[in-house]
Amino acid sequence: MSSPALARHPEDSMPATAVAEAGSAPAVTPPAPPVSFGTLALRWYRLNRAGLRATAIGIISLLAFLLVWHLLTTYRVVFFVRFTNVPSPLAVYASFTKAMHDPKFLMHILLSCRRIFIGFSLAAIIGVPLGLIMGRFKLVHEIIFPVAEVLRPIPAIAWVPMAIMLWPTNEQSIVFITFLGSFFPILVNTLHGMSLVDPVLVRAAQCLGARERSIFREVYFPASLPHIFTGLTVGMGVAWVSLIAAEMISGQYGIGYFTWEAYSLVQYADIALGMIAIGVLGLGSSLLIRGAGQLVMPWRST
Amino acid sequence: MSEMPANTSKGHIEVRNFSLAYETIEGPVQAVTDTQIHVKPGEFVSIVGPSGCGKSTLLNAVAGFLKPTTGVVTVDGERVNGPSAERGMVFQQYSLFPWKTVRENVEFGLKMRGMPRSQRERAARTLLGLAGLEAFEKHYPEKLSGGMKQRVGIVRALATGPKVLLLDEPFGALDAQTRVIMQQILTNMWQRLKISVLFVTHDIDEAIFLSDRVYCMTARPGSIKAEIPIPLERPRQQSMMMSSEFLALRRGLMSLIREESLKAMGGEISDLGMQGLNIELHGHSLVEIL
Ligand SMILES: Nc1ncnc2c1ncn2[C@@H]1O[C@H](COP(=O)(O)OP(=O)(O)OP(=O)(O)O)[C@@H](O)[C@H]1O
Ligand SMILES: [Mg+2]
Repeated sequence: MSSPALARHPEDSMPATAVAEAGSAPAVTPPAPPVSFGTLALRWYRLNRAGLRATAIGIISLLAFLLVWHLLTTYRVVFFVRFTNVPSPLAVYASFTKAMHDPKFLMHILLSCRRIFIGFSLAAIIGVPLGLIMGRFKLVHEIIFPVAEVLRPIPAIAWVPMAIMLWPTNEQSIVFITFLGSFFPILVNTLHGMSLVDPVLVRAAQCLGARERSIFREVYFPASLPHIFTGLTVGMGVAWVSLIAAEMISGQYGIGYFTWEAYSLVQYADIALGMIAIGVLGLGSSLLIRGAGQLVMPWRST
Repeated sequence: MSEMPANTSKGHIEVRNFSLAYETIEGPVQAVTDTQIHVKPGEFVSIVGPSGCGKSTLLNAVAGFLKPTTGVVTVDGERVNGPSAERGMVFQQYSLFPWKTVRENVEFGLKMRGMPRSQRERAARTLLGLAGLEAFEKHYPEKLSGGMKQRVGIVRALATGPKVLLLDEPFGALDAQTRVIMQQILTNMWQRLKISVLFVTHDIDEAIFLSDRVYCMTARPGSIKAEIPIPLERPRQQSMMMSSEFLALRRGLMSLIREESLKAMGGEISDLGMQGLNIELHGHSLVEIL
């Protein structure tokens, strides 16, 4: 016997079956007979019916949206809002195919992605550990929290002039604004997660011999992960909002700049193209975070 | 009793002149006063008492989570001053780490001790096998039934080979059938590992069925009202619960507890200014009805 708990009394050899019988729970399932592909497909369908339904309805509603858009623009409807200059879906599609062959458009997108990547990563790398430490050590919390509370309500866009003064290059100030936008949601949610850690789990760890560092790593951190990921998701959304605003105001490249420039150059189809690109990029990045969350928190995926 | 390891010197719990008051805004709340208890090495001792009498408080002090206001808690002569892996604890609330699989939960204490991975995996498997849980080692706690969670909790607390095991109403949330099974599993593991157990419960049958000795506490502020040895022989069978010996013990304990519960409830009721209740009960006093 290798267990330390059991090793103390090796001479004691009461049959283990008594416990196992009393437990009686793990009835080992007999090997299932082979099933045909048809049965499997049917079972898969039954299990995923709700999901399939949602997907089907989702596709239909997107198509309906496109159709309404198409009708509103072809007939140039004016009813409170004016669709006279709004590009039709087909026009946007045309400018999309053109843009795909235009290295400049791809560069706009790449640059925006790079800014998001740097700004958001910095926010996560600083915000998460800071939140964890503030949640654990009262003094750090007492020192930093008031400053954070004062700065937090200032929208990242309001930082644009200040950022331009602070940073030598335009690029840096845009990244800084993206960073600010995502930093506070990440910090606040991490703090929130830390405040909700079940004290019983901490006690359980303590009477299993865990010291401060292990408790931090094995209890506080994983217990806060769901809220950390909420923070990352919200932070990513705000990062895009802040980035686009900064690019529209002070950029020379980037998808926000592209959209604003299209307006100045009276290329209406490109406006819609820019907007859709921003939407797709935002959606994609939050999907990435959700995927990362599922990888890091396997106990939460059902 | 030949099962009793009279020779082992490990796991001797001593609580002497113990009292504990919680500091609150209204001043100190005396939870436990003037209490002496002890658990001999390898002994199974239960604490019963009315709700709110300070059972958890006492147990948490033995675990090292609370400091006594007066008195001392010692285990094998060493003063308790903080939680440690020497004193395993099972909580009333499920307290498995949700982010760890069943086996990782059981391994936790060994990991904290620095045992290499392969070794602790083997140890955890052996222990899980003892509790009939080997098929669930890769499950996350969320997917387990309440009984299984508590079984894993017990196994986890035992994995580091503690001198004493402290349990705070561990089966309180389980249904009657599961409870019986859990009691058998606990007895079984206790007998194999020969450690001292201090077990808090409000279930009198459970206390008698499991214990060598039962302490009965008074209403708050709690102290020891009575100490009842349970001379029933081991191994204990479910059928013993019908024996006249068992029933006599049960009657005795029951009346002790009832007295204290009434005191506790009487206190609460007059606290709330509800003595008027007696009138609405058509002249029967609350005591008669209860
Ligand atoms: N943190 C606290 N602050 C103030 N009073 C407390 C605190 N914890 C417990 N008490 C009070 O101390 C008394 C004893 O509490 P304790 O939890 O030990 O009782 P218990 O016997 O375990 O009760 P139960 O059977 O309901 O679990 C109770 O009256 C409770 O209200
Ligand atoms: Mg309690």
